Amino acid sequence: MAFKLNVNGKVREADVDPDTPLLWTLRDALGVLGPKFGCGVGQCGACTVHLDGQPIRSCVTPVSAVQGKITTIEGIGASAVGQRVQQAWTELDVAQCGYCQPGQIMSATALLTKNPKPTDADIDAAMNGNICRCATYGRIRAAIKRASGQRGEA
Amino acid sequence: MTVQTSRREFMKAGAVSGGLVLAFALAPKAGAQGQQPATPPLQPFNAYVRIAPDETVTITSKNPEVGQGIKTMLPMLIAEELDVDWSKVRIVQADNDPTIYGRQFAGGSMATPLHWEELRRVGGAGRAMLIAAAARGWGVSPAECTTTPGVVVHAASGRRATYGSLAAKAAAVPVPDPKSLTLKDPAAYRIIGKPRAQYDTAKIVTGQPLFGIDVQVPGMLYATYEKAPVFGAKVAGADLAAAQGVKGVRKAFVVEGGTELSGLLPGVAVVADSWWAARKGRDRLNIRWAEHPTSAQSSAGFQARADELAKAKPQKNLRNDGDIDAALKGAARTVQAAYAYPFLAHAPLEPQNCTAHFQNGKLEIWAPTQNPEPGRQLTARTLGIKPEDITIHMIRGGGGFGRRLSNDYMVEAAWIARETGRPVKLLWTREDDLRHDFYRPAGFHYLSGGLDASGKLVAWHDHFVTFGEGDQYAPSARMSENEFPARFVPNCRLDVSTMPIGVPTGPLRAPGSNALAFVMQSFIDELAHAAGADPYEFRMRLLAAQTEVPEGQGAFNPRRMEGALRAVAEMSGWGKTKLPARTGMGIAFYYSHLGYFAEVVRASVDADGNVTPEKVWVAGDVGRQIINPFGALNQVEGSALDGLSEALHQKVTIENGAAVESNFDTYPLMRISEAPPVEVKFVTTDFPPTGLGEPALPPVIPALCNAVFAATGKRVRSLPIDPAQLKA
Repeated sequence: MAFKLNVNGKVREADVDPDTPLLWTLRDALGVLGPKFGCGVGQCGACTVHLDGQPIRSCVTPVSAVQGKITTIEGIGASAVGQRVQQAWTELDVAQCGYCQPGQIMSATALLTKNPKPTDADIDAAMNGNICRCATYGRIRAAIKRASGQRGEA
Repeated sequence: MTVQTSRREFMKAGAVSGGLVLAFALAPKAGAQGQQPATPPLQPFNAYVRIAPDETVTITSKNPEVGQGIKTMLPMLIAEELDVDWSKVRIVQADNDPTIYGRQFAGGSMATPLHWEELRRVGGAGRAMLIAAAARGWGVSPAECTTTPGVVVHAASGRRATYGSLAAKAAAVPVPDPKSLTLKDPAAYRIIGKPRAQYDTAKIVTGQPLFGIDVQVPGMLYATYEKAPVFGAKVAGADLAAAQGVKGVRKAFVVEGGTELSGLLPGVAVVADSWWAARKGRDRLNIRWAEHPTSAQSSAGFQARADELAKAKPQKNLRNDGDIDAALKGAARTVQAAYAYPFLAHAPLEPQNCTAHFQNGKLEIWAPTQNPEPGRQLTARTLGIKPEDITIHMIRGGGGFGRRLSNDYMVEAAWIARETGRPVKLLWTREDDLRHDFYRPAGFHYLSGGLDASGKLVAWHDHFVTFGEGDQYAPSARMSENEFPARFVPNCRLDVSTMPIGVPTGPLRAPGSNALAFVMQSFIDELAHAAGADPYEFRMRLLAAQTEVPEGQGAFNPRRMEGALRAVAEMSGWGKTKLPARTGMGIAFYYSHLGYFAEVVRASVDADGNVTPEKVWVAGDVGRQIINPFGALNQVEGSALDGLSEALHQKVTIENGAAVESNFDTYPLMRISEAPPVEVKFVTTDFPPTGLGEPALPPVIPALCNAVFAATGKRVRSLPIDPAQLKA
């Protein structure tokens, strides 16, 4: 079945079964490889993309249920907030293996778009669905603070 | 990433465009574990450095990158001594090629000790060749020339020549004897010791394809592979036609496999146009598994058997100093305790995967592996082809932690690709990953300790029950005869008994140490409290018991550990901090992977027994030089949190011969809300620099457990920590 999807501002057509998760539609049918597969059950957040600005877990979202504009890590730099988040991630060299970071950046950008000056508790609440197996959490928190113009943690 | 050019084509293309102008390699030294690789000859077209006319310097990073930052760190060593601007450096990942690079692996925190000298000399040799080329052109002695970054300078005449202009001539200069090179005074370092972001950071934050899972080869199909829950059980039957009936599925077939747990195990492959189609096909397989001799094994059964073995005479003795029986009998105070720790999975966030293409008798592999050459040998053996006919491209791995030292996914992908006749990307599910790991082995320790009237530790006995058969231990299931406090206690006996196992085991970050630190440093804490001593002071006195400092790298130097302990006590305000009720501080140290680490954890325990680590202090001594402070801190912080995550949450339960936990709902990893701040201090001592991927992990676990004791008076003797045992 053909599905029309707006991905990072471009309308793309994917010929997949309706039950295909958005993650695999993006990765295998459209070659959008930024969103990552980590668990397949919405537990780790590596697959996080935005649907009309809201973070969703693309590994448990069937393509047939998707209506709206999809933004992935490849397109997040088009927004000023996304760009600031990417910049902070670079300056603090947040990543170790880097595999979870697209999902982390998508969740962080959604947080800062809604809440420009998050507290530590706000950060914990918004980011708790994104596992970093390398445990770069201290730097993730500091990078969110930096992107929000607040002073990072000591 | 779309892979279209082979390495050879890439090198040729570089030459045609004028990019390949200076290239050389030096013979690597002996590999890990004393293995001697075939000494590679100098090969001008397979090398570490290329300098282009536009002054960009391309440096090859020889080892696999799995998040430890090596792709950035190793080239820093070369660039420093080559004397170039870091901004001019481009980094490329080497393929697996032991004839050029010797051993290429990510393990044992060995990259720093193995390459600190060698790769600086590679850079130094390049600089000497550039100077020689310039001096010849100017008709002066090389000794009169020096360099500023990227430029050879003859100060007497004011002449200057850029590396880019010299590179072609320099490539023809004979490679100097590495031993003849004078390396920089560390005070002159411009690159080493300065924080450098990972070379791939820009790609990571913009989501560009980097990882094994992102590899795309033209004409590629996607595969899943299902193996028996009981490790190694054979396929008795499967509904292959049902799987093949799913739209998009090209082929479903049984793989006979073998019995070697680290090799190709029996299973059923489904190959399809998309991974989702392959998964749907797999769901219809309805596989029947044959009976298997290990299908009754369980974690509970292992514990019960260990308790039985502990009561019997130990099967083996590892060490027997003094007279343990007399010392325990004569002790003013004795303490006895049984400790246990569970199987653990690695769970790197990128599930196991590998892409393979078998064509005209040759195999090309793209693998996120920590250990490519053994994978090539395993694949060659299993497929019955020559190792020389296998090319392995090392692709960045989304976490390793020791899991990707094994190459089971590689041999599976290779087999499936050959059966399919097309390039195939094999990708495991998370459930495959957690149920088919090489687990950190569980283990059981039955300890007795004795104190004299002054509170000095005079007797230590451990009967370690682990896995193995006869003289063979299961992988990563052994303990050294020098396990601390051996050599620091006059009467010390270490015994061991083994039981057979059908569960694959293997190295998990800081193998052995990640479990033994918990046991030894917790029991030392018990003895400190029994002696009525401060746990820090007790440890300092214990370390002081050995005045002899052994020669040679690798031997434990108690003076260095004292330095780390002193530093962490100072940082954390040990003994000087007033804490609220049910809050405590715990201290521990551990020496592993040549690194000396002492750590303090402050933790609180609520009325329901839930443990919250509030802060971690780490003091580590890894020698005289931190090469990349950015990466070094990241490794230490990550190791400390990784250890806390293991202690608080993780266990793999074996039931009916199979792993029970299957995804992050049942095998939880630490999340951001649980992650305390980690304060790190490097204590520098005048020893060669050593690695940081592992040694900060082991001591954090006993430091946390000792903090729990300080907070509650309850001793954690089994992991993960069970809140039910800690209720107010």
